[in-house]
Amino acid sequence: MKKISLIAAGAALIALTASGAQAQQTLDAVKKRGQVICGVSQSLPGFANPDAQGNWAGFDVDMCKAVAAAIFGDVKRVKFVPTTAKERFTALQSGEVDFLARNTTWTMSRDVQLGFDFVGVNFYDGQGFMVPKKLGVKTAKELKGATVCTQTGTTTEQNLADFFRANKMEYKVVAFEKNDEVLAAYDSGRCDVFTTDRSGLAADRTKLKSPNDHLILPDVISKEPLGPLVRHGDNNWGDVIRWSFFVMVNAEELGVTSANVDQMKSSANPEIKRMLGGEGDFGKMLGLDNAWAYNIIKMVGNYAESYEKNVGPKTPLGLERGVNALWSAGGLQYAPPIR
Amino acid sequence: MAVDVRDAGSAPSTPIWLDARYRAIFFQIALLVAVLAFGAYIFHNTYDNLQRRGIASGFAFLGSTAGFDIIMHLIPYQASSSFGQALLVGLLNTMVVAIVGVIGATLLGFTVGVARLSRNWIVARIAAVYIEVIRNIPLLLQIIFWYQLLGKSTPGPRNSISLAGLFFLSNRGLYMPAPVTEDGFWLTVAAFIAAVVGSVVLARWSKKRQEATGQQFPVVLTSLGLILGLPLLGLLVMGVPFHWNYAVLQGFNFEGGMVLIPEFISLTFALVLYTGAFIGENVRAGIMAVSHGQTEAAYAVGLRPGPTLRLVVIPQAMRVIIPPLTSQYLNLTKNSSLATAIAYPDLVAVFAGTVLNQTGQAVECIAITMAVYLTTSLSTSTFMNWFNRKMALTER
Amino acid sequence: MTTAVETGNKADLPPPASTVGVVGWMRENLFSSWRSTVLTLLAVYLLYVAIPPLLQWTVFDAIWTGNEAKDCKLPDGSAKDGACWIFIKAWIGGFMYGLYPYDLRWRVDVAAVLVLLMFAPLAVKRLPFKNIYGVAVILLYPVVAYFMFRGFIDFPLSDPQSTTHPWRVVETSKWGGLALTLLIASVGIIASLPLGILLALGRRSHMPIVSTFSVLFIELWRGVPLITVLFMSSVMLPLFLPEGVNFDKLLRALIGVTLFSSAYMAEVVRGGLQAIPKGQYEAAMALGLNFVRMMALIVMPQALRYVIPSIVNTFIGLFKDTTLVAIIGMFDLLGAIQLGNADPKWLGFGMEGYVFAAALYFVFCFSMSRYSQHLERKLHTGHKKR
Repeated sequence: MKKISLIAAGAALIALTASGAQAQQTLDAVKKRGQVICGVSQSLPGFANPDAQGNWAGFDVDMCKAVAAAIFGDVKRVKFVPTTAKERFTALQSGEVDFLARNTTWTMSRDVQLGFDFVGVNFYDGQGFMVPKKLGVKTAKELKGATVCTQTGTTTEQNLADFFRANKMEYKVVAFEKNDEVLAAYDSGRCDVFTTDRSGLAADRTKLKSPNDHLILPDVISKEPLGPLVRHGDNNWGDVIRWSFFVMVNAEELGVTSANVDQMKSSANPEIKRMLGGEGDFGKMLGLDNAWAYNIIKMVGNYAESYEKNVGPKTPLGLERGVNALWSAGGLQYAPPIR
Repeated sequence: MAVDVRDAGSAPSTPIWLDARYRAIFFQIALLVAVLAFGAYIFHNTYDNLQRRGIASGFAFLGSTAGFDIIMHLIPYQASSSFGQALLVGLLNTMVVAIVGVIGATLLGFTVGVARLSRNWIVARIAAVYIEVIRNIPLLLQIIFWYQLLGKSTPGPRNSISLAGLFFLSNRGLYMPAPVTEDGFWLTVAAFIAAVVGSVVLARWSKKRQEATGQQFPVVLTSLGLILGLPLLGLLVMGVPFHWNYAVLQGFNFEGGMVLIPEFISLTFALVLYTGAFIGENVRAGIMAVSHGQTEAAYAVGLRPGPTLRLVVIPQAMRVIIPPLTSQYLNLTKNSSLATAIAYPDLVAVFAGTVLNQTGQAVECIAITMAVYLTTSLSTSTFMNWFNRKMALTER
Repeated sequence: MTTAVETGNKADLPPPASTVGVVGWMRENLFSSWRSTVLTLLAVYLLYVAIPPLLQWTVFDAIWTGNEAKDCKLPDGSAKDGACWIFIKAWIGGFMYGLYPYDLRWRVDVAAVLVLLMFAPLAVKRLPFKNIYGVAVILLYPVVAYFMFRGFIDFPLSDPQSTTHPWRVVETSKWGGLALTLLIASVGIIASLPLGILLALGRRSHMPIVSTFSVLFIELWRGVPLITVLFMSSVMLPLFLPEGVNFDKLLRALIGVTLFSSAYMAEVVRGGLQAIPKGQYEAAMALGLNFVRMMALIVMPQALRYVIPSIVNTFIGLFKDTTLVAIIGMFDLLGAIQLGNADPKWLGFGMEGYVFAAALYFVFCFSMSRYSQHLERKLHTGHKKR
């Protein structure tokens, strides 16, 4: 009896000390740390890719920088943690990263079951197929019996199964752990088809031996809204990320760029005034400085600038704006007003 | 903390904290408390973390729809099957590699081990070089190497290397005809089972007779005849109730037939090559452990080198070989998990890979995977221990 | 009639020509029977098929000079026949140091030279206080190496020195290449030794709870593949910790590797303990030594000495197994090779990378296994003399 009560006492003691620490507000923790920790892809040109000096660049990286600019007014105050597809969710759940900006598709199960909040969609994507031109395939409906290479741990594997099942076509799938392995297998002819998000296909095509021998099919077989995500439950922190993104979209809509943001400060347009801190206390509402939006635009740029610099038609990826154009230009990007 | 509890020190004057028996009890209780507390701490943290972040837990996900396909499955499986079935598919794929690997590595290992001790200089040298090179290069590197080499050296399916129009080797794998059974095949199966049972009975009977009378009976030949002959008879009686399904090039790829995917070929090949080298060393050590007098005695009674090795040396060497052989078999099974590096859908790749990612339930998935390997390891070593005891009993 | 009778010994006749010299050796070793002859011919054919093309690819047709991928390619863009060793030349820095900052690689070099300098005195046979010095070096060196790798000064990111200072901190995610492989293997083996000793003692203990826990722990880690342990440490470990506590990815991998190898180490040490005669224990107890002193002064020194070759073998195994961290996305030697293979500038030379890595691993492992065999022989003669 004595033994048992001793054990129980020991266990209870430890349990007590462990539960003493209360959930900490992420924003306060970030401010105290002096740095925001951002989970990004390991190596995805155009979205998140380190150069030879280890400097990160890309569309998702800009999202991280925007948050750092909003909080600290300094885009260098961000630590990039490259995560694999397998690790990314645990990294966020466990607090290893403050948020993920990592080509992650917003799905209901991830939002609800995994305990995350998606704060917005910074890139509307869809799954597509890439095939060697010499196969002579023009549309995905002709892929009956094909062998498809893909990466495990992504929604693409399931979309692929759905697509072939819906069209009553046979196929074979070879699923690799890492994107580079998928690409190498496709390049060596192990598969007829390479499938992932179309933005990824464009990025990966640049890594092939002879990119021009490969064709991205016109079919889009799924909706892949990619966006940053945070842990469920810390709504204030989610707001910081969400509005950092919305500022970039709003800035594009209002014609504010990193080049003209200083002149725009004296603009008479009340919307611009509110955004840049000339009117109201919108930064304070978030627990930030009122110059938060100014810093984002000045240091990172608006949505269009980031898009054109990293993934736009002039980059190796060569992605047209398409559905990612502003709503006013026939696209889907639409940010609620700052007021 | 005493290793040896004796009554030597327990003179009446010994205070209780110096008494080895009480100290042992106290120490054990302290350890138990520490381990339990540590376990409770981990459990509490995990539970807390999962709870706070609203992550689902429990094993209910095993019943929900998987929604992804697997290239190689020995049981019926499709995207609409459940995660539980995906687990089974992965497990079976692991088992296939392990079984084929164990058989191949044993054959290769014994050949190499004997060759290493051959009196033929060049054969012994080749075996030695093979063992040294293979043992000193990481297995993962070898698996990737063979996979890349296979991918590089095989043509696309449209230019595949064909053997008699039945076998096709391409970078999609090795396609071959598959037998498809029809009604009435049961007789063949029944005949095969009967033949196996008959052979076992025959072997026992002949052993008994040999012990009693010294007369030998050609058991191996008779059994071979039975096992081949009876099923053949069964086939002929029912009018050959099966046909072959040939692989045919259609569109992108071959359709029909059976296929060994390149991932399976290179993984199994690498595992056999790697484990074979280790088994070769074990076999050599085992043979060296048999005293040379045994060989000389065998020669003296007129046995030729072949039968000497088979009847005198190997049976005695087996006792030395079996324990390390067991751990090599276990290593091979565990090493098959490196499949995940080349996309062979084994247990780890399917369950601790894809399923883990689809469900996000890391704790459950990793725990199940580990439990499966642990069970396999423990049951294999239990079986081999039993086998080892059986072998050891023949010692006189 | 007399016949001449020769007396005395005649000089020995030379042995028949067929049993001496090259011919004799070949008759003895290659063609002693028809079976042997067939085997010899088969083996020679095998070598004839395998060796010339291999040499052709690795040496004669190989491209040794040049700096760019196009030096390895024919004008039409396809790769030339031989191995492209320029790829290795171009990437050698990456293979050795991973993504470690270019201007700081001298720090890794210094750490490598230091290991030689600090361990060199141990080769001296009659060094005074050799054991103390040895233990001190083993404990001290990891600390030194850690700071050489990591650096001392953690500049805030806004400080320009954070990208230029020679002693700035380098995050572990940038460590890589052969340096990381050596680091993981050495830390794994050093950290697992004390844990392994404890477990081995626990397994042999007469206390039922202690031995049960030890057996469970050992069999658990020995029964599962390393890759699942690494997956566990990379995705499950973060959930085990209270909120706000985080381990670095490298540290998590090291914990996994250490737990795994400590189970194997425990079995090695147990082997050594079993080889110690019971008389040693009894003598120690008769001297009135308590358990700790008996183990530390009498039993362990003998047992560990006995199992040094096995420890070296465990180290070789661990050294090879570190390649698995490439699967969880770290850039050890194999990971760095794969990084190089994915370099768009050098696509299509993957084989060269793998062959290079294989050769490097072979050199390391083969020399270590030779060393362990040498130790074994040395220790064995020691036993015979007694």
